[in-house]
Amino acid sequence: MAPPSRAAVAKKGTHMADVNRGNRPLSPHLTIYRPQLTSMTSILVRISGNALIVAGLLIVWWFVAAATGPEAFARANAVLTSWFGDLVLFGSVLCLWYHTFGGIRHLIWDSGHMLDVDKSEMAGQIMIIAAVLMTIFTVIVL
Amino acid sequence: MAFLTDRKRAVGMGSAKTGTEHHWQMMVTSVALLVLIPFFVFTFGAILGAPYEEVIAYYQRPFPAVVAILTMLVGWLHFRHGVQTLIEDYVHGLARKVVIIVMICVSYSAAAFAIFAIVRIAL
Ligand code: HEM
Repeated sequence: MAPPSRAAVAKKGTHMADVNRGNRPLSPHLTIYRPQLTSMTSILVRISGNALIVAGLLIVWWFVAAATGPEAFARANAVLTSWFGDLVLFGSVLCLWYHTFGGIRHLIWDSGHMLDVDKSEMAGQIMIIAAVLMTIFTVIVL
Repeated sequence: MAFLTDRKRAVGMGSAKTGTEHHWQMMVTSVALLVLIPFFVFTFGAILGAPYEEVIAYYQRPFPAVVAILTMLVGWLHFRHGVQTLIEDYVHGLARKVVIIVMICVSYSAAAFAIFAIVRIAL
């Protein structure tokens, strides 16, 4: 559709800055956009990074409790080493490694490399595999 | 309204002019975390679950203590900038400002509490 003529715009009482309002190409809407490895790995970097606030605050609590004394430490330590604490920390380790490799991909992109679709998809596959391997490694070592 | 020129309506509606600084902060903290996170995971993870006395003795050693202090400092700075991007994408109007301010306060407080605690254990 052609943009409206100046006359048509003036008649509607609109201004120069929004001549093309409603007639621009919109960015694809999430609900109709085909899920792809690149978009999925991208949103997971966001989710994993922000989710780390949970483990972050737990660890701060643990340090403050250790500085406070044996009773406070016992309380915090019991929560962090419970099955629930284990579950949260395991999930956080996975988030952390995933987010770390996602971060590396961002730093590579920011330096102007691997920006085409093929390489980005390959980087996405490497990120997932590397995060899983590092998580398994961490669980075995610790 | 009719007396406003198009230019006047557009002035001041642009970016907050701090995007470059924000991105640079993200890059610096990311590179630093790339080194710190592996050290922190395997030092903190190694002592988590140990009894109180062992934990205290462990964090009186310089290396685990300094790694933990730097990770808390840089990690929370990184989070403070990262979460702001998230908020700016999904929260609008006054609520956006309120939530950003709250999260900045949470981030700095978390870093301060953690660092105070580690220094207190170490000294
Ligand atoms: C080696 C460790 C890390 C690296 C290399 C890294 C790297 C990055 C990079 C490059 C970004 C920007 C992504 C973008 O431009 O969209 C980012 C975002 C973010 N990071 Fe990290 N990060 C690391 C660790 C952490 C940690 C420990 C936390 C949590 C405390 C964290 C929380 C976040 C958050 C909340 C965001 C914003 C995501 C968003 O909503 O867009 N990161 N990280």
